[in-house]
Amino acid sequence: MTTVHERVDTFHDNDQKPVGYGRMLRKEDPRFLRGRGRYVDDVQLPGMLHLAILRSPVAHARIVSIDTSAAEASPGVRAVVTGAALAQQNLAWMPTLSNDVQAVLATDKVRFQGQEVAFVVAEDRYAARDALELIEVEYDVLDPVIDARRALEPDAPLIRDDLDGKTNNHCFDWETGDEAATEAVFARADVVVSQDLVYPRVHPAPMETCGAVADYDAVDGKLRLWSTTQAPHAHRTLYAIVAGLPEHKIQVIAPDIGGGFGNKVPIYPGYVCAIVASIVTGKPVKWMEDRSENLISTGFARDYIMRGEIAATRDGRILGIRTNVLADHGAFNGTAAPVKYPAGFFGVFTGSYDIEAAYCKMTAVYTNKAPGGVAYACSFRITEAVYLVERIVDCLADELGMDPAELRLKNFIQPEQFPYTTKTGWVYDSGNYEPTMRLAMEMAGYDELRREQVEKRARGELMGIGIAFFTEAVGAGPRKDMDILGLGMADGCELRVHPTGKAVVRLSVQSQGQGHETTFAQIVAEEIGIPPADIEVLHGDTDNTPFGLGTYGSRSTPVSGAAAALVARKVRDKARIIASGMLEVSVADLEWEKGTFRVAGDPGRSVTIQDIALRAHGAGDLPEGIEGGLEAQICYNPSNLTYPHGAYICVVDVDPGTAQVKVRRFIAVDDCGTRINPMIIEGQVHGGLTDGVGMALMEMIAFDEDGNCLGASLMDYLIPTSLEVPDWETGFTVTPSPHHPIGAKGVGESATVGSPPAIVNAVIDALKPFGVRHADMPLTPSRVWDAMRGQARPPI
Amino acid sequence: MQVPAPFEYERATSVDHAISLLERLGGTARLIAGGHSLLPMMKLRLANFDYLIDINDLHAELGYVETGPDEVRIGALTRHRELLESPVLAAAFPIFADAERVIADPVVRNRGTLGGSLCQADPSEDLSAVCTTLDARCVIRGPGGAERVVSMEEFHVGPYETAVADDEILVEIRVPVRPGCGSAYAKVERRAGDWAVVSAGAAVWLDGGAIVDARVGLAAVGPNTTGIPEISAALRGQEPSEGLYEQAGAIAARSCDPVTDQRGSAEYKRHLAAELTRRTLRRAVERARS
Ligand SMILES: Cc1cc2nc3c(=O)[nH]c(=O)nc-3n(C[C@H](O)[C@H](O)[C@H](O)COP(=O)(O)OP(=O)(O)OC[C@H]3O[C@@H](n4cnc5c(N)ncnc54)[C@H](O)[C@@H]3O)c2cc1C
Repeated sequence: MTTVHERVDTFHDNDQKPVGYGRMLRKEDPRFLRGRGRYVDDVQLPGMLHLAILRSPVAHARIVSIDTSAAEASPGVRAVVTGAALAQQNLAWMPTLSNDVQAVLATDKVRFQGQEVAFVVAEDRYAARDALELIEVEYDVLDPVIDARRALEPDAPLIRDDLDGKTNNHCFDWETGDEAATEAVFARADVVVSQDLVYPRVHPAPMETCGAVADYDAVDGKLRLWSTTQAPHAHRTLYAIVAGLPEHKIQVIAPDIGGGFGNKVPIYPGYVCAIVASIVTGKPVKWMEDRSENLISTGFARDYIMRGEIAATRDGRILGIRTNVLADHGAFNGTAAPVKYPAGFFGVFTGSYDIEAAYCKMTAVYTNKAPGGVAYACSFRITEAVYLVERIVDCLADELGMDPAELRLKNFIQPEQFPYTTKTGWVYDSGNYEPTMRLAMEMAGYDELRREQVEKRARGELMGIGIAFFTEAVGAGPRKDMDILGLGMADGCELRVHPTGKAVVRLSVQSQGQGHETTFAQIVAEEIGIPPADIEVLHGDTDNTPFGLGTYGSRSTPVSGAAAALVARKVRDKARIIASGMLEVSVADLEWEKGTFRVAGDPGRSVTIQDIALRAHGAGDLPEGIEGGLEAQICYNPSNLTYPHGAYICVVDVDPGTAQVKVRRFIAVDDCGTRINPMIIEGQVHGGLTDGVGMALMEMIAFDEDGNCLGASLMDYLIPTSLEVPDWETGFTVTPSPHHPIGAKGVGESATVGSPPAIVNAVIDALKPFGVRHADMPLTPSRVWDAMRGQARPPI
Repeated sequence: MQVPAPFEYERATSVDHAISLLERLGGTARLIAGGHSLLPMMKLRLANFDYLIDINDLHAELGYVETGPDEVRIGALTRHRELLESPVLAAAFPIFADAERVIADPVVRNRGTLGGSLCQADPSEDLSAVCTTLDARCVIRGPGGAERVVSMEEFHVGPYETAVADDEILVEIRVPVRPGCGSAYAKVERRAGDWAVVSAGAAVWLDGGAIVDARVGLAAVGPNTTGIPEISAALRGQEPSEGLYEQAGAIAARSCDPVTDQRGSAEYKRHLAAELTRRTLRRAVERARS
């Protein structure tokens, strides 16, 4: 394993596009910058109708009656459909990604505010929206369960009476690690620190809300569905199963997608409604939710109430970590995670430390809130895990009176211990943590910052320095362990080189803004020497791309990136045989130099990949047994996840009078293995860090005691702007993944995972003079002020 | 996409035309200026009107900042951005630029107007606090061109309620000019562009070393944006000092009536009322002296 570390990339001239890895401008950007992207809402089909959804105004109620007659009579209305009507077709309920069921349209009860109750199809979206006002629903309002802590009380109202024999709001129990061994290390530890932590419910809030255009052709029986999906192939299979349509007659198209962040992994009732509406009316039907609908009804993230405990020796050797979690899954369990992982990858809560024992016990409950745990934004619950461990490690440092950087350095898993099996069974592929940490400290000027802090404290100024060190687990995943509803998490990829030496690569994953059209062209370019500009990347259309499970959990590069490299190598292997024929030498005598095969010892004799492509398709003989054409297909099954890591340092100033937090500096050193396009990596990191500022300081989907969502608009649910974030200072180290063909690890979620604890740790550090050891997110001025007065309260 | 309920729309060609339309259509109609308060409510269908009367073509008539010997007169259709960039206001009342810098964002400021802000009468609205601090008068015109002039206290009837009747229009704000003035505004927000958790404006008028008059206006701490006469009384005739600001802050904290919400606890808001009163008074005095 090699580890390279450097502060920043040298900035290559963007005009000198690399044939392979390196900085280059994104191929997709011209169309976005010129407003020529094509999103679901841009799809216009002849005769297209519009669908709008009536949603429940209350969190928990029995539906007594629904009167749709006035809506049906409203001008321009073509159809009004209720749950009762869907039930007749056996379509009122659908499976979730976690083997639960979710109502497409409510039949018996509504179980969260914003739940789908009926839909209207009309000639335009105004008529559809106006008709919603005319549907009369009588609700018999029931007591809601809003506080997850109360969900299992014996007198709590029963939410899921639709499930046979269900008598309480219990969703699932899950545990990992060794309870007895952990108990033993805790019993003999010098120091045990325990801290309650809440990771509040947040929302991915992509710029583009969810929507679909369904176009069912009654003559040939084919359904075309443009939808905001992060997993078009998986969705196609699920539609086939749910709706009973033959899979070859379903084409799911994810066109340009305006951000996903996990929000677009699940199948939402709206998509199913659009399909039903197109079948019923015989017309294409568009459904596009508005901002409020997106915020109140679609997949949220987090909502974990945690107790973290850490045991250590007096001199700062961490012995064990233990946690107890109460998970709020909302009204239906829609968690998108591999089936064997109901808590996602929360099991990596032991972090980057070499410890003796660990144990987690989790209870998940139903509440009268939007369904989920659906969107992780990020990484299948690693965000929660990293927050837990990095916060309690800071609590331990506080207890020991030790510098938090020193405590971390002392406990890191050492480079020679990789592959390292954690106490909860995860096999970290590679890592070299200390150089990453040291680089971040050097970039930050850590010792100098601590000196400045001492001076400021003496003057009554509040300055904080927060550290987080994370290990991510991305690239789900090996099919022996990981599947979603029985679909293995391997990815296909197909590469075709045209006669003139240009190429098209078809991915099973697709982009929601990550830059696949550039990164994947570069991966292929690196392997076969065709410039990225000459490689078209096709993605997001199930009729034109190979099967795979989609883009989320930072899995594109770890899984499909490997597939792209391997399929290119397959093509190169064939090209080598053709080249040997062209040069009349044996295969063994050929040397490959990006884009060209040369005869060993006679470098003047060579053929380029373009020459070979023409020969492969042209006239004349090919070597014995070689078919014409130059293309290949592959399905890549990863042998393990990849484990990126990073060291983040945040500097904040807190106004002692108003308790406002200002993030002054943020240093992020990421190690995602081999770096394909550093500019894209930095973009991913910048976005994730900004997301982290949002979660740490302002974002939260709150509810009142009746279950009304208090975050139903972007005036109420705050997301950060450029004014809340500093100029990011990024650096990197490179520790390649040993099992990934190009050594790459994912990076899409690293910053979202790593930044919230760094920021919270910084704020808590700033508040040290007040004796504060913990305060929960979001650290709004009001909540910081509470903490300063010793009155920190959980947000829920 | 959030869409409002159906409505009809007409562009007014003069102030009197707008008033005659209002007279005819009564409570079913609304003026639309920048639209940044009205349209969001209509899109959420919290407000439904049969008619919108667009007054944006009247910008030539109603968009201005003019100085006279005793007062600065500002047209009701003057946009946030024009207030922010006005050299006249920067010289006479820097409190405007202080406030405008933290009102919404450039997109909203390019369209939103002084008149719309005051008439919306949102308790968290910043320009009402500015106008209250400066003891501004509001000129309201009705049918037949009749004009009346009211104080900010009279203008604000309650949350989202003003003295402007269904067939009237706010045409102008008049800010009295008195010597030795310094003013300042401060706001605590959870994020740039968010409405205030609390904001405060302060104006002082100095003569020699002493405070001749002082006013403080708070926003987001009660149903109404009102001045606090007790603060004015306590400061008049005094020499500025930290102790005096402290005293004013304490009065501000106990004179307001905040509620706990997503922006913060009532207790915190009370604390901010004091803190921001102290800060803005300090700054206003500095400015009056320089
Ligand atoms: C994202 C966002 C953030 C914002 N943040 C802030 C903030 O931080 N602080 C703040 O103070 N404001 C904020 N605002 C409100 C902004 O200042 C609005 O522009 C202002 O409140 C209304 O001005 P308008 O011209 O847009 O009014 P409109 O929306 O056009 O009208 C508002 C009301 O006033 C009436 N009206 C308008 N003009 C007249 C007139 N001349 N005579 C009689 N009635 C009239 C209308 O009929 C309507 O009832 C924000 C708005 C948005 C959208």
